[in-house]
Amino acid sequence: MPSLAARRTGAAASFALVAALAAASPSVGAFCGFYVGKADAKLFNEASQVILARDGDRTVISMRNDFRGELTDFALVVPVPVVLQESQIHIGDPKIFERIDAYSAPRLAEYFDPNPCEVRKMAREMPMPATAGAALAQKARRDQALGVTIEARYTIGEYDIAILSARESTGLETWLRENRYRLPAGASRALQPYVRQGLKFFVAKVNLAEQAKTGFAYLRPLQFAFDYERFTLPVRLGMLNANGPQDLVVYALTRNGRVETTNYRTVRVPADVELPTYVRGEFPAVYKALFETQSKREDYRVVWTEYFWDMAWCDPCAADPLSPDELRRAGVFWLDGDVSPAGAPASEKPRAGGAQPVLLTRLHLRYTRDTLPEDLMFQETRDRQNFQARYVLRHPWQGDTAACAEAKPYLDEVAARQEREAQTLVRLTGWDPAKVKTRMSMHPATTPKWWERLWR
Amino acid sequence: MTAAARASPWPKSRTRWLDRLPRDARVFQIVFLAALLTTGVLLRDFSVQPLQIVLTFAAGLATQAFWLERLGLQRKGVLSAIVTCCGLSLLLRSDTLWVHPLIATVAMSSKFVLRVRGKHVYNPANLGVIAAITMLPGTWVSPGQWGSDLALAVWLIALGSIVTGRAQRLDIGWIFLGAYLGIVALRVLLLGQSWAVWWHQLGSGALLLFAFFMISDPMTIPNRPGARIAYAIAVALGAAAWQYVLFKPNALIWALFLLTPAVPLLDRVWPGKRFAWRRSTRRPRACDAWRTLSRAAAADRAAPDRNAKASWSTLRDPPSSP
Repeated sequence: MPSLAARRTGAAASFALVAALAAASPSVGAFCGFYVGKADAKLFNEASQVILARDGDRTVISMRNDFRGELTDFALVVPVPVVLQESQIHIGDPKIFERIDAYSAPRLAEYFDPNPCEVRKMAREMPMPATAGAALAQKARRDQALGVTIEARYTIGEYDIAILSARESTGLETWLRENRYRLPAGASRALQPYVRQGLKFFVAKVNLAEQAKTGFAYLRPLQFAFDYERFTLPVRLGMLNANGPQDLVVYALTRNGRVETTNYRTVRVPADVELPTYVRGEFPAVYKALFETQSKREDYRVVWTEYFWDMAWCDPCAADPLSPDELRRAGVFWLDGDVSPAGAPASEKPRAGGAQPVLLTRLHLRYTRDTLPEDLMFQETRDRQNFQARYVLRHPWQGDTAACAEAKPYLDEVAARQEREAQTLVRLTGWDPAKVKTRMSMHPATTPKWWERLWR
Repeated sequence: MTAAARASPWPKSRTRWLDRLPRDARVFQIVFLAALLTTGVLLRDFSVQPLQIVLTFAAGLATQAFWLERLGLQRKGVLSAIVTCCGLSLLLRSDTLWVHPLIATVAMSSKFVLRVRGKHVYNPANLGVIAAITMLPGTWVSPGQWGSDLALAVWLIALGSIVTGRAQRLDIGWIFLGAYLGIVALRVLLLGQSWAVWWHQLGSGALLLFAFFMISDPMTIPNRPGARIAYAIAVALGAAAWQYVLFKPNALIWALFLLTPAVPLLDRVWPGKRFAWRRSTRRPRACDAWRTLSRAAAADRAAPDRNAKASWSTLRDPPSSP
C-alpha cells in the first residue's frame, strides 16, 4: 500500500469474522450448490485495498484508507508520475470497495448428496450441472532551500492535498517533517529511488473542518486518474510502517485479460476442493488459516490470484454483479459512451444483456520488507480463463445401510470422502489432524470385508 | 584416450567419467528443460496443460520431419526440435489447445524458411513466442512464474555445464548476463535503490533461462567471437531499454527478436567459422568457456580464418541440414 505515514494507531484487531450466511445469494437455476460463506478482505485486519482500473496507459487508482487512529495523525504520501490537476483527483465511495470485495471474495458452496436409493431416478430427472488500498515568502524560500517545490495545492473533500516535486529525498523528508507529516525512520532512503526517477509526490492530510462537514466517521477513498506507461503499484513506501507481514488486496479492472505480476510469481490460491461440512459456520477462519499457511509455505514471495472473471456474467453470482454506475465509480472509464485510448468508441462491440467489457482480477499478497524488494509490476495477459477461490461442502445423505442395496456402497464412499476432506483441510490450513477429525462427525469407516467384495 | 584428454587438467579417473557422458550439449539441455517443465507443471502451478505439451511436441517433430523429407535432407536435427518444443512449452501460455501446435509448426518451419547463407535466422522458440503474443488471441507469457528456487536450479545447471565442458557457445549467455546485471546494478546505484533489487533480478528464472537456453542458441548468434560479444551486449542494452525506459513486459524475448536480424549482417561484415553441433572430435574442456573471453579480443585483431581456429569447440563446417 502506498501510504507512508498512515499509522494505524488504535487499530486493534477490529475486524469481524462475518459469518456471511445472510450474504449468501443463492442462485438455484443452473447451479446445484448454494454460496453459504465468504472470506472477504475484512478478515485480514492489516489488509490494504487498492482498485486499479487500467486500459492502455490510462490508469485510475483508488485507495481505501482504513485509517483508524487520530485524524490529525493521518498522512499519505504516494509517488505519482505527473503533477496531478485538481480534476484528476476524486473522492471515492467506500461502498465500492465493499461491493467489489463481496463480489470477488473466496467463498463456500454447498451441495447435498441425493438419496442413493433414488439416484437413478434423479439422474433422469435432473442432469447434474458442472461444478462450478511576510511568513509565506519565508516559507517559500525554505522550501526552495530544501529542493522541494509545491507544484499544486488543493482541498478536496476532507483532504488537504499538495503535489510536490523534489530534488533530494533528504530535502523532501525534512519538508514533510517540518510540515507535520509523521514519518517513520528510514523515510528518505525509501523516497530516494522515486525522487531520482523524477516522480512527483501526492501528499495528503486530513482537513478537520472539512472532515466534520462530511458527517462521516471514516475517511473516504482517494482516486487518481493519469496516463502512465508503467503498470505498477508503489508498495515499498508502505513497508516503513510494517511490523511483520502486511496484506494487500488489489482489484484490477481491465478490458482484455487477467492481470498478473511480472516480477513475482502469481499463483492461483488452492481452491476447488471439498472440505468437511463442519466448517460451514467457520469458513472465514478456515480461509484465514489457509491463506496464512500457504503464504508462509511460499515464504511470502507469491502473489495469489483469488478471483478472475469476466464481469459480463457469473455462474452462480455470489453477489449481484456491479452495475455500470458502480463500475464507473470504481474507476472504469471505458464503458458505453466512453472513448478508448486508441480513440475508437469503447462500445464498438456491444454485449448482450447490457453486459460490461470489464474483467476483474483479485490479487492478494502477504509480504514482508524482505520478501518484496521491488514495487509490484503488473501486466495484463490475454488469459480469459475464469477462476474463483471456491470451496465445496458436500452434505451426505442421511440414511442407513438398510434403506436399499445402494446405501452401503454409498455410505462407504462417504466415509472415504470424509477422510479425504479431512486430509485436504489439514494440508491447506496446517491444522491439527486429530482436532479436525474430532470436529467431524464422521461416518464410521466400514471397510468392506473381502468376501463382501466377492459376493456383491 | 585422446590427445585432448591427456592434456586435460582433470585427473585421469575424472576424465574417464566425463567421457562417458553424451557429447552433444543438446542432450543436457533437453534433460534439464524437461525436468524444469515437469517441476513447473507438477509443483509450481505453471498454467500449461499436459495436452498442450503433447501437441507442441507432436506438431514440432512432425514439422521437422516434413521439411527434412521435402528438402531431401539427412534425418537429423531431432534434438534441436525437442529443445524448441521444450522452450515453447516452458514459455508460451494459452487458454486454448490449438495455439501451441500452430506455433510449434511456425517455429520449426522458420528454421527451414527464414535462412540467410545456409543459417537459420531466428531462434525458433523466440520467433514462435513473439508470433503468438502479437498475433494470436488468448496467448501470453508469464515472466514472473519461476520464483527464486527454480532460479537457483538454473544457476547450478549453468555452472555445472561449465564444469562438464558442454557449454557450447555459452560464452554469449555469460556475457549477456554480465552486461544485463551490470546495467541493473548501475540503475540500482543511480536510483539509490536497495541492493535487494539487484539480487531479486539475479534470482529471476526467466532471465537465466533466456541467458542459457535462448540467446546462447549457437545457430542464431554471430559466428565471430568478437561479434558475439557485441551482440550479447546489444541485446542486454535493448532489453534494459525495453524494461526500464519503455516499461514494457517481456523485455528479453523482445530485445532478442528485434536484434536477431543484425546477426546475418554481423556475419557478413565480420565473418567467422560457423558452428556445428559436435558429436565427436576434441572434447571441449572446462576452461574453454573462460578462455573464449580472453581470446576473443586477440582473435578479432587477427585474420578471419585464424579467428576461427582460435575459437573454441566449433571447428567444423556444419552439414547442410539445420
